[in-house]
Amino acid sequence: MTPPDYEYLRKLLKDHSGLDLSADKQYLIESRLLPLSRKCGLAGIGELVQKMKSGTPAIVAQVVEAMTTNETFFFRDKVPFDHFRDAIMPEMLKARAARKSIRIWCAAGSTGQEPYSLAMCLKEMSAALAGWRVEIIATDLSQEVLEKSKSGIYSQFEVQRGLPIQLLVKYFKQNGELWQINADIRAMVQHRQLNLLHDFSQLGAFDVVFCRNVLIYFDQDTKINIFGRLARTMEADGFLVLGAAETVVGLTDVFKPFPDKRGLYRPSGARATIAPAAMAMPKIAAMGR
Amino acid sequence: MKTCLVVDDSSIVRKIARRILEGLNFQVIEAEDGVDALVVCKKAMPEAVLLDWNMPVMDGYHFLSHLRRMPGGDEPKVVFCTTENGIDHIERAMDGGANEYIMKPFDKDIIAAKFQEVGLIELPEESPV
Repeated sequence: MTPPDYEYLRKLLKDHSGLDLSADKQYLIESRLLPLSRKCGLAGIGELVQKMKSGTPAIVAQVVEAMTTNETFFFRDKVPFDHFRDAIMPEMLKARAARKSIRIWCAAGSTGQEPYSLAMCLKEMSAALAGWRVEIIATDLSQEVLEKSKSGIYSQFEVQRGLPIQLLVKYFKQNGELWQINADIRAMVQHRQLNLLHDFSQLGAFDVVFCRNVLIYFDQDTKINIFGRLARTMEADGFLVLGAAETVVGLTDVFKPFPDKRGLYRPSGARATIAPAAMAMPKIAAMGR
Repeated sequence: MKTCLVVDDSSIVRKIARRILEGLNFQVIEAEDGVDALVVCKKAMPEAVLLDWNMPVMDGYHFLSHLRRMPGGDEPKVVFCTTENGIDHIERAMDGGANEYIMKPFDKDIIAAKFQEVGLIELPEESPV
């Protein structure tokens, strides 16, 4: 991809969606737009940009959609859910044995696959959780996406990607080609609309935060700011789970990697420094309006 | 290289499945019904079987019960791949010894996800976003 093509796409995406790609996100554009350009019968991103410049609104809409839709599936990447079951929950069961309650936040809950995957994990260990209160809060920027999540209704394609067949049979009801996750699992998840750029302290304190594949969209200062505020909203012995391509390393010291568990972090106890937060604040205000 | 036996009476489905499975580094053997598939298994047990339900001569369900009673027949991972998408069929298949179940239509992502689920292929390198 040529630098002018990259700049053109960056500006277009910012104007159309607020998506703010830093200068090094070529791979993101390529991974999303190469399949689209092939689908449109074009040789590559160069031709795609040509087509967009010639004023084809349908293509522009498809490009924005491809770049902003975060495809998600049940038990996405598998490993974070293994960590949840084998590392996070055993530790939480010990640490919270006195108060018997755990609060979990899916900070990019999207269409529900992640919070419901966690709910199914918890249901599978319900013997150990008898008498416990477990809350899962799923937030997302998009109300539309949250509505879909609340409905718990998925297509045959969606339930076949990542979801073991045993769990499909156990936790879903079939309605023709559609599958709805059972009411008792739906009841385990609360939904709230939330922009991570805005204050989220009103959600209360969390023991576990899943914040996967969303920070990648923000610039560095905003990331640092969000990490700082995440750390403040988490219990000192809580767990943060990031996406496969995300890390705190080199950005902030408010979280530290959990040994031998990729993608797993814990609050370090360090306070977020004021400077990065202050630097990022004006941007938050600007992007939030 | 692992071997996958594709059992389906449609040559088109076998061809599509072959292309996907070869892309996942499987050596593919084809059979067009359950009897045909049992002959293949008697010669050498494959690591994986992708199995249609409705076929002439012997259907997938009967093939599976024969397979599981053969010496070494509990070894192959059997993944149904069928238009039978009712929960009753799925439960019957799983009780009959199937390891996973795909409802047609399928694509590469679904086959890869299900094959990962039963440990036939490794998780892919996690790609950014």
